[in-house]
Amino acid sequence: MERYKQAFHLIKVVILALMAPLTQVPENTSQGNWEALALTGEQSLPYSLFQSHSLRPPTGQEQLSSWGFACSLHSVAALAVPRLTEAFQALGGCVPELELKQWATIRLQKSAKKPQPQLPRTPTANGIIERDETPMEKEITLLHRADFEFSHIFYFCRKGFEAIVEDEVTQRFSSEELLSWNLLTRTNVNFHYISLKLTVVWVIGVIVRYCFLLPLRFTLAAIGIMSMIVGTTAVGQLPNGRVKNYLSEVVHLTCSRILVRALSGTIHYHNKENRPRKGGICVANHTSPIDAIILTNDGCYAMVGQVHGGLMGIIQRATVKACPHVWFERSEIKDRHLVTKRLREHVADKSKLPILIFPEGTCINNTSVMMFKKGSFEIGGTIYPVAIKYDPQFGDAFWNSSKYNIVSYLLRIMTSWAIVCNVWYLPPMEGEDAVQFANRVRSAIARQGGLTELPWDGGLKRAKVKDTFKEEQQKNYSKMLAWT
Amino acid sequence: MSVSHSQITRLYSRFTSLDKGENGTLSREDFQRIPELAINPLGDRIINAFFPEGEDQVNFRGFMRTLAHFRPIEDNEKSKDQNGPEPLNSRSNKLHFAFRLYDLDKDDKISRDELLQVLRMMVGVNISDEQLGSIADRTIQEADQDGDSAISFAEFVKVLEKVDVEQKMSIRFLH
Repeated sequence: MERYKQAFHLIKVVILALMAPLTQVPENTSQGNWEALALTGEQSLPYSLFQSHSLRPPTGQEQLSSWGFACSLHSVAALAVPRLTEAFQALGGCVPELELKQWATIRLQKSAKKPQPQLPRTPTANGIIERDETPMEKEITLLHRADFEFSHIFYFCRKGFEAIVEDEVTQRFSSEELLSWNLLTRTNVNFHYISLKLTVVWVIGVIVRYCFLLPLRFTLAAIGIMSMIVGTTAVGQLPNGRVKNYLSEVVHLTCSRILVRALSGTIHYHNKENRPRKGGICVANHTSPIDAIILTNDGCYAMVGQVHGGLMGIIQRATVKACPHVWFERSEIKDRHLVTKRLREHVADKSKLPILIFPEGTCINNTSVMMFKKGSFEIGGTIYPVAIKYDPQFGDAFWNSSKYNIVSYLLRIMTSWAIVCNVWYLPPMEGEDAVQFANRVRSAIARQGGLTELPWDGGLKRAKVKDTFKEEQQKNYSKMLAWT
Repeated sequence: MSVSHSQITRLYSRFTSLDKGENGTLSREDFQRIPELAINPLGDRIINAFFPEGEDQVNFRGFMRTLAHFRPIEDNEKSKDQNGPEPLNSRSNKLHFAFRLYDLDKDDKISRDELLQVLRMMVGVNISDEQLGSIADRTIQEADQDGDSAISFAEFVKVLEKVDVEQKMSIRFLH
């Protein structure tokens, strides 16, 4: 009986996997028709064009360009493979009964959740220890009086040891732990060997990922980057005007879409009516360098960043000719007033594209949102918050820059199953005091994306914490003490 | 020390994630990189507790030994070993651990100066020397029984006999 049930499950999974490309059709057709429109030279504004595409329901008669078809096949591979492997695992007989049931339950629950991407994921409580959140006042004054007693150190002592075993901050600078294994060695931290069949499935997975998916993705990425450089340089030769802006948006969007396909990205955009408009500032939580590509997949932004050397520098120099991105020299970044002034000029010009800023300043592992630096909120202009949440089951998008350089990071991304994420556009916000405004925006983004909010600075990845925080703790304690 | 396999694995992965130098040992800087520990007023004393006399590095075994003081006492019910040495997380050993946080020079007595030092760490600059001195004097006077103006371990235990040490000095594991 169990066997029949499992066989049914397998058949269901296969059918679901084959149906997966049909949900991809809207994106592909918009790209296919986009190219068709570009050829006919329609002059309508690109912004309204996106909107009309997103509202159109998928129909079977949409003409898929051969390009789109290849992409959808690719997406099938990316999405079908993990589902098939999970079906194989479900049939594996060597896995102990209880673990099989638990693991299968988790899998079924997860696959049941997938058709509703609008629901934000609740943060997984994956802690090692039970943290005691009693505040200092309650715990210490519970000890009869507020006079000093020897037992007062117990509070600080236990807090210290809890922090040593598991702290809120440093865990955000390394990849999230998964509840169930997704057949990638890199997430194998706390899982141990279960059975031979699982290992065999994993080996098949490795072969598929490295020998089939990786070359395909690499060629797509190369095509994408080449066309970006060539296209933007070509557009850059034109005189400034509506035609140039239109063409540069076409080029940026198409190349961005190619690059997203190169990563097997499946992105769900929510609340597209709140998409950032010209003259605005788009802020988002930062997880990896591909955040920018994911956002430009759906609209055009003016990038803000530091000038790099090498391939990145070539891309920067090429794109800035077509579209007014804001690139700073290393020396200019140190002068905060200069940075704010330039950005303010850009925002004041209403014809320029919205700028994209990541106020955390560094990559965080997508389980939480850390302190937003107030600089971005002092520029003025309307803020359009965006929440980005990756699904870690298919691949880990977080860039741990202390452990991996950019090349090995891209290699890891290209050998994951896929990059699946949800992007929520939040309604525009305005505010007065920069610090409070930053906190408000951060709360909104955290709530929407299902991330925890931390008041800690992302810069703690590399820098030491400021002494003022310790002094604050000392002050709080001394307030509680009664002295004659 | 009967800790479950998964707890040891998780503590080991925590140890390796703290070990930035990747040489199998932790130094004081590795601990200070934990923000929540760095802002703890007694952070330096707690970090010192991990390092044996005169050493600058602690290996995983030492790390676990120090953490073992914080295991909840109920766990001992399952593994009552009457003939073995007293477990590290007994009430007496937890109190001894706390005593050592006060007793810097390890002479088994908390002198007025040592108490003042700990008090100064906990209150920072917010209380004047005289007031802090009077707090220290009062505390020692209340606890001191043999009149030597210092607190021995026995006197320390006596002062804390009503306090639920087991609950306050324990960390509960989730798995």
